[in-house]
Amino acid sequence: MALKAADLNVGDAHTERLVEDLKRTQIVQYAGASGDYNPVHTDELFTKEVAGYPTVFAHGMLTMGMTGRMLTNYVGDGRLTEYGVRFTNQVWPGDTLDATATITKVEDGLVDLDVTTVNQKGDVVLKGSAQARVD
Amino acid sequence: MAIEKFPVEAGHIMMFARSIGDDNQIYYDEDYAKSTECEGVVAPPTFVQASAQFDPDYFLRPKVGEPWFGSGGKPTGVVRESGGGGGGGGGGGLHAEQRYVYHRHPRVGDVLTATTRPGNKWERQSRRAGTLKFSETVTEYRDQNGELVVTATGVGVQTERPVDQG
Repeated sequence: MALKAADLNVGDAHTERLVEDLKRTQIVQYAGASGDYNPVHTDELFTKEVAGYPTVFAHGMLTMGMTGRMLTNYVGDGRLTEYGVRFTNQVWPGDTLDATATITKVEDGLVDLDVTTVNQKGDVVLKGSAQARVD
Repeated sequence: MAIEKFPVEAGHIMMFARSIGDDNQIYYDEDYAKSTECEGVVAPPTFVQASAQFDPDYFLRPKVGEPWFGSGGKPTGVVRESGGGGGGGGGGGLHAEQRYVYHRHPRVGDVLTATTRPGNKWERQSRRAGTLKFSETVTEYRDQNGELVVTATGVGVQTERPVDQG
């Protein structure tokens, strides 16, 4: 369902839990669907001994994809006009992520949103913005 | 990178939606999708990233007859020229930013092309990973009629050393 401009106010926020205890298998699943088989996401031996990280970590795009799910649940399907993020911390197996969209502007049939995803420690892992058409 | 043919397929959208934990029926059920404002199955917002599947040269996919840098019997299947162990991404660096502008949303049946051009480059010092070298690429996805569908801007970063987790 699309949002109605008349019902929206700057500062309104929508939060969703994206994932609880992120599984390595979900990272594998994302690698397979997206086609990004970088071994740092799925290959523990390579990641520890060659890349120098404690374990495999999620694709930034998995976090952006899951955060996009929060956005489409909020603004409706096919309604986004822009969506952009910075990846500010890595996401690891076992992480629990919550994403929030906060309205910054409602004008001319468009809503502007701040987008933030945090992990279970409160660290911001993704920060960005989005814009969507509203009724 | 240039992709001559990126067919937007229902099965691919289904698998992609599963991988991001999205059970929205618009990605799975054509009949339901037809009953919505979108009038059919559309792609999730970050789906065009999966165009990598249709890029013949995409370097983060093992290819028949070519060495692969992931582990087999040994931690890596290739000797890295750069050495030093850092870089964080085993040759690919890390993904720093991603932005999409949707002129419309791709739908099942579209056959997209993608052309990529380099954007800005810059450097910055980081306490956690040393010198960071950023580089931007801009990819335009066009449909079978040559119309622009999605503009994607990606920023990659090569780190001097693995990002300190302390």
